[in-house]
Amino acid sequence: MSDRAGIGETPLAVEHEERPELRHHFADVEQQRNAATLGMWWFLGTEIMFFGGMFCAYLVYRRWYFPEFAASSRSLDLIVGTLNTAVLICSSLTVAMSVRAAQLGRRTLQVKLLLATIFFGLVFLGVKAYEWNNKYKEHHIPTFSFSANDLIKENQKLFGLDQLQNDPAKLQERKAEIQRRSQIFFSLYFALTGMHAIHMVIGVGLFGVITWMAYKGRFTPEYHTPLEIAGLYWHFVDIVWIYLFPLLYLIDRRPGA
Amino acid sequence: MATAAVTTERKNYLNAEYGIRSWLLTTDHKRIALLYLLSITLFFFIGGFFALLIRLELLTPAGDLLTADMYNKAFTMHGQIMVFFFLIPSIPAVLGNFLIPMMIGAKDLAFPRINLLSWYIYVAAGVLYIYCLATGGVDTGWTFYTPYSSMFSNTHVVEAGLAIFIVGFSSILTGLNFVVTVHRMRAPGLTWSRLPLFVWSHYATSIIMLLGTPVIAITLVLVVLERTLNLGIFDPARGGDPVLFQHLFWFYSHPAVYIMILPSMAVMSEIIPCFSRKRVFGYTFVAMSSIAIAAIGFIVWAHHMFVAGISLYSALVFSCLSFLVAVPSAIKVFNWTATMYKGSVSFSTPMLYAMGFIGLFTIGGLTGLFLATLGVDVHVHDTYFVIAHFHYVMVGGAVMGYLGGMHFWWPKISGRMYPEGWGRLAAVVVFIGFNLTFFPQFIVGYLGMPRRYWQYPPEYQVYNVLSTAGASILAVGYLLPMVYLLWSLRYGKIAPDNPWQATGLEWRTASPPPTFNFDETPEVTWEAYEYDKMPLPEEVTLER
Amino acid sequence: MFDNLPLWPTAASSHARYEDWLFIFLTVVSVVMTVLIFAVIAVFAMKYRRRHGREATQIEGSLLLEIGWSIAPLGIMMLMFAGGAVLYFIMRSPPRDSAQVYVVAKQWMWKLQHMEGPREINQLHVPVDRDVELIMTSQDVIHSFYVPAFRVKQDVLPGRYTTLWFRATKPGTYHLFCAQFCGTMHSGMIGEVTVMESKDYQAWMTSAAPSGSLAQTGMTLFQQLGCNTCHLNDVQGRGPVLKGVYGNPVQLGDGRTVTADENYIRESILVPAAKVVSGFRPIMPSWQGQVNEEQLNELIAYIKSLNPPPTGEAVTAGAPGGTTPPPSAK
Repeated sequence: MSDRAGIGETPLAVEHEERPELRHHFADVEQQRNAATLGMWWFLGTEIMFFGGMFCAYLVYRRWYFPEFAASSRSLDLIVGTLNTAVLICSSLTVAMSVRAAQLGRRTLQVKLLLATIFFGLVFLGVKAYEWNNKYKEHHIPTFSFSANDLIKENQKLFGLDQLQNDPAKLQERKAEIQRRSQIFFSLYFALTGMHAIHMVIGVGLFGVITWMAYKGRFTPEYHTPLEIAGLYWHFVDIVWIYLFPLLYLIDRRPGA
Repeated sequence: MATAAVTTERKNYLNAEYGIRSWLLTTDHKRIALLYLLSITLFFFIGGFFALLIRLELLTPAGDLLTADMYNKAFTMHGQIMVFFFLIPSIPAVLGNFLIPMMIGAKDLAFPRINLLSWYIYVAAGVLYIYCLATGGVDTGWTFYTPYSSMFSNTHVVEAGLAIFIVGFSSILTGLNFVVTVHRMRAPGLTWSRLPLFVWSHYATSIIMLLGTPVIAITLVLVVLERTLNLGIFDPARGGDPVLFQHLFWFYSHPAVYIMILPSMAVMSEIIPCFSRKRVFGYTFVAMSSIAIAAIGFIVWAHHMFVAGISLYSALVFSCLSFLVAVPSAIKVFNWTATMYKGSVSFSTPMLYAMGFIGLFTIGGLTGLFLATLGVDVHVHDTYFVIAHFHYVMVGGAVMGYLGGMHFWWPKISGRMYPEGWGRLAAVVVFIGFNLTFFPQFIVGYLGMPRRYWQYPPEYQVYNVLSTAGASILAVGYLLPMVYLLWSLRYGKIAPDNPWQATGLEWRTASPPPTFNFDETPEVTWEAYEYDKMPLPEEVTLER
Repeated sequence: MFDNLPLWPTAASSHARYEDWLFIFLTVVSVVMTVLIFAVIAVFAMKYRRRHGREATQIEGSLLLEIGWSIAPLGIMMLMFAGGAVLYFIMRSPPRDSAQVYVVAKQWMWKLQHMEGPREINQLHVPVDRDVELIMTSQDVIHSFYVPAFRVKQDVLPGRYTTLWFRATKPGTYHLFCAQFCGTMHSGMIGEVTVMESKDYQAWMTSAAPSGSLAQTGMTLFQQLGCNTCHLNDVQGRGPVLKGVYGNPVQLGDGRTVTADENYIRESILVPAAKVVSGFRPIMPSWQGQVNEEQLNELIAYIKSLNPPPTGEAVTAGAPGGTTPPPSAK
């Protein structure tokens, strides 16, 4: 620190003009942007592992408890799930477009697109809340008076209950088993979608900040790294849903099954 | 540098700013490293206190000093504190944080504020854990096995689980910072093949932190949810599977072993060349073996579960893979040893720790082979043999490395020399105390004494007495450095910039370094460890 | 001289010898390697000690050496793998005609039931030279059935069965441990495996007798519940001898003295840890909720009946006047 002039003399530092967004420890803006982007990619790597544990549990149990998982999966609301998928894809589109708007330096458009993103995020969460509320009414929330009776009624054949009609003891036992196993499905359903929803909430909060920054004109065609990496995060959360949706909602909807 | 004789003190990271705020709000990686040093030292001594309780209880076969519940809590909290609050952050968060930017010629880590955030997360988790400890503690064993942890234990599993969940994010953020820093912040000319091996090892460690930690995070969240909301994913009474928990747990916790040992290997790869005055033998192999350990480490987890009820064939596969991970470790040991060949070896304190490390890690590694051998593991699994094995790796390996590293870089960190004579004495005391503590446990383990036993059949007593005696020597060995290092802060000789005449970039700046590490961004035109171009150090450390 | 310094565990099963040889092989390899590394370090450290006027010779490395010291250990390790795998394969493949014993583990006791009928608690009697297969499950948490002398161990899981088999080769009494942490009294979840000669085993098997009076029913129950595995009749077991206890003062571990009346016996069955007899460890499991009132009565009646008749023979050794027996710990 004694000879502060020394810092400015490094060959790399002279190449570019001073920029307000450049943090002291980076040589140039390019390096800073690369670091931020790489950091976000690695962070998304850890996120994949984070969800991976639950996906792994889901797949293991699905293999073991296939009929219960199939029946439970079919009881999910396909329309609501599809709607949410569409909403999320739209939100990813608006994020991508807002990055483009930032590159073109169109601030108003950028803010509008970001607001749209937040709107879509909130719609997703609203729909999710509606869906969970329905689950509550259907007694499909584990431990909150969970009941698989509706599943049992609709899936007599799948569960093999029709062959047990003349053996009441075995029938009861099997029913209790279905109750337990479908509860595991819903435990995982809530763990997965709940964790995803928490990521959505964080994403909406993040985009609140980003929108504010955009509104204040912090982003220029040369510098909009925060928007870019927040966008990466948003796309990731979107992609998690793109995996959740078929795994939870679609996987057992074969015609004739 | 010859102008060091100036009257005014040189500005460095320690005296650049004063006041508690300048520390708590710092984004300087060196100051954050010191914050970490303080907090992990605190946890080391809390964990050590529990170790002491355990050893005292085991002095006699009967359960007399502690109640059974207290004993169970003691070993649980010893394990959790030492693993999650000491060993995992130890070398990376202190030495790695301090040194990596300097070693690659950067002014700071890529994300200084995230670095500070990671310390605050660590502190938050630490406070939560201490709260858990103060309100009664937890008794599940550090492994949190379900359904005991999720359904049966009456202790504070939720608090402990959340604390460890939170502290995981601290190590994820540290790992993230390291990976990005190594990729993006290297000084001009510092190619991958010129990187110090310290950086290579930390790079491998960081990858494990990034890819492993989230898995244990979600697993512990599931256990917490299971306790609070009765989910039942791991509860057999409700269709769940407790063995699935073990898979998820060890998927992280086996690689976590490498989070603890790789940084220690990193330290060795710096110390041994420096005190042998030689380029490290087989640079590429040492560097690549770190990456290999990180990679293979992810596919061996089920060797913790050979008697847990997994299928015969998966046991065979995991046993075979577990032997593979021994190869890169062996490569490292052989290369370090070969580095000394035709060198100019000096017995300075860090080198004593390094030689101790090689010896103890060799024993730790070789006994690991017993555990990978299926038929033998059936007998020694969950006995004191396992305890001895992993303490040889974690304490004989990781802690020796940590102490060696602390001594090696102490002049850089503090600007003072520690008293060499005391340093050597402590190294020898630690080595003797360690072996006396843990070697008898191999024998008592093979005799069949199970781990986590509060009372035990009297025929195992002799070995336990030896162990306890060793532990008290070991305790002295750990207290000594703490005392003389603190002493040296005030009374130690002023350290020159490069007391060991080592080659790393961190030695080409002042001791202690200025806030932004280098007055000028260095340009690297040399290979790592060019000791032939360095003069021999004058023996500044040999006092009187 | 080595009474208190055992160096090698007893080997009492067919697996044990194989396992010991494997262990010795591994130990020899390890010791050779360790000694080699230590010796090389010591030699290098001495020979190349820093001296004036001598400089280090720079060496890059050697591809040949690197390959050599990667492949050679791998080869030896594959031998270890093969040896261990074969033994593991044997351990996991129970012979067809083995005698079966059902094992139920719970916090913190082992309940065993022979196919032939006898039930035991924390005790397992098996004949020598006969394959025995254990079929195990747990009522609560994960336990692990471990007999060091047999070199066998298997986790016992709730909600499913795991199996373990062995062929005992040497009569004697061996430790049975729970090796997987299972809660407060994990270290108390221990027992004994008694290996008997065939004819002794047959005698033991047929020794259970039906009953008539309350005391006799109590006696049957006493045996069914496995009380007799610790409360032995006339020699020291892991619990106090009950003969002649009733109505007499009992010295407790905390120094108090109580009279062994009905209430004390009842409490000792339901809440055993409350008042532990001096010299004994609180290892007895609680029977709360497991014996009903009638059964309690039967048990108490049986214990009462153990008192010598007023005019009867001399009190057996070990419990003069029914007071404190000497401690069982060696």
